[in-house]
Amino acid sequence: MPESSCSPCCQPASIGKKIIMALTGLVLAGFVLGHMAGNLLMFKGPQAINAYAEWLHNHPEALWIARVILILSVVGHIWTGILLTLENRAARAGGPAVDATRRASISSRTMPYSGIVLLAFIVFHLLHFTLRKVALGDKDFGEDVYAMVVFGFSSPVVAVFYIVSMLLLCLHLSHGVSSVFQTLGLRNERWRGRIDLIATAYGWIVALGFISIPLAVLLGCIK
Amino acid sequence: MVKENGNSDQHGHTLSLRLRVWRQNRGQPGHFEEHFLAAVPETASFLEMMDMLNEQLIREGKDTFAFDHDCREGICGMCSMTINGMPHGPLPGVTTCQLHMRNFRDGETITVEPWRARAFPVLKDLAVDRSAFDKVIQSGGFITVRTGSAPEANHTLVPKQVADEAMDAAECIGCGACVASCKNGSAMLFVGAKINHLNILPQGQPERERRTLAMVKTMDEAGFGNCTNYGECQAHCPKSITLDVIAKLNRDYLRARVKEFFSSTGKPSKGGE
Repeated sequence: MPESSCSPCCQPASIGKKIIMALTGLVLAGFVLGHMAGNLLMFKGPQAINAYAEWLHNHPEALWIARVILILSVVGHIWTGILLTLENRAARAGGPAVDATRRASISSRTMPYSGIVLLAFIVFHLLHFTLRKVALGDKDFGEDVYAMVVFGFSSPVVAVFYIVSMLLLCLHLSHGVSSVFQTLGLRNERWRGRIDLIATAYGWIVALGFISIPLAVLLGCIK
Repeated sequence: MVKENGNSDQHGHTLSLRLRVWRQNRGQPGHFEEHFLAAVPETASFLEMMDMLNEQLIREGKDTFAFDHDCREGICGMCSMTINGMPHGPLPGVTTCQLHMRNFRDGETITVEPWRARAFPVLKDLAVDRSAFDKVIQSGGFITVRTGSAPEANHTLVPKQVADEAMDAAECIGCGACVASCKNGSAMLFVGAKINHLNILPQGQPERERRTLAMVKTMDEAGFGNCTNYGECQAHCPKSITLDVIAKLNRDYLRARVKEFFSSTGKPSKGGE
């Protein structure tokens, strides 16, 4: 693959791509935590979550700034992810006949795959709850986000897809969050273990927070 | 001398091994060849075992296996075999030449392969072309000083901690095990070690940014992959270089890019008078 014969903008250096990956990942990791925290209002009842949704819709400028940042981050993250994966496959040249992995974690080795499933999830999720085009039947929920979510998760297939996707998000975050520190040069042997622990905890907190809602609907705790 | 029969002699126990060794000519596809080797003393090094195999092949009138080796005392970085999938074999922090046969079992099958990476094409059998590393060094792995008479010893003061850190990075022998162990064929541990070695010393400061950008550019052009923080390189490095050097390389690269981007030309811009 020809590299950086032109300006560094059209084909960034290896570390440049990693920095794009890290910064876009940081935006997305921050977003999922905020999104999860907002979702937990489901447990406070219909008024709380519907008021929160209304508040968001009453601030379209802020909402669209956030959306544009998110869309740019997703595009940048996927673009560099594809470049990195293809270049790395080519550079490996097949690898040894015997596999003797010593240290690479499952999460680090499955990043492209968990990423692809998460992309499929994001597309479905936007069609489902943002655009309300799929898996909601003919019902018009209007401003009643609470009823829409409860109805959406009343289908076990949909709920299980959400839960599995969030477990993959946990896997993705546990490698991604610790990699952000490494790529930005903010990690050393003394901090490595602690940062890995923080990343794993972050992944689980986000995933379990999200999972609690479809699970609560499936178990009948939220009606 | 080694007795041909029996399980022990003055060398201690001996091993009988089934060896699957990679056979390849330059530019052609390769394959594994199987050989049996008996009476290998457990005190032999892995390279001495390979010598025994080659002597056996010569006696049988067959082609020997080409492999790289030089100092055989673990400091030159020449030996380069992937043994049972592990560059430099099963012992951490050890080169192939310092790996001894007592670490293998009698009757074991051992798979021996060259370094596998696009940037390290196979020359013959187990020997690969590692000149990509030389190109990386040539592009910035040096400091520019006037040679000749020795400088005054205390002219440039180096704090002990900095000297130690630079020495840790300078331990890298450039063998390429990091590339061979990396699932991305990335050379970041090597480049990180070489850049850190010079970038933290006072003598390395004048060329710090230029060195970092040039070495990373050469690394990319050589066809190495990108680091995705697997950590396999550290786990297989015969000198136990840590991922710290990669974090610091990332930091130095970012710093060099920012400094380059906002560098001053010393002249006012057009219309800026």
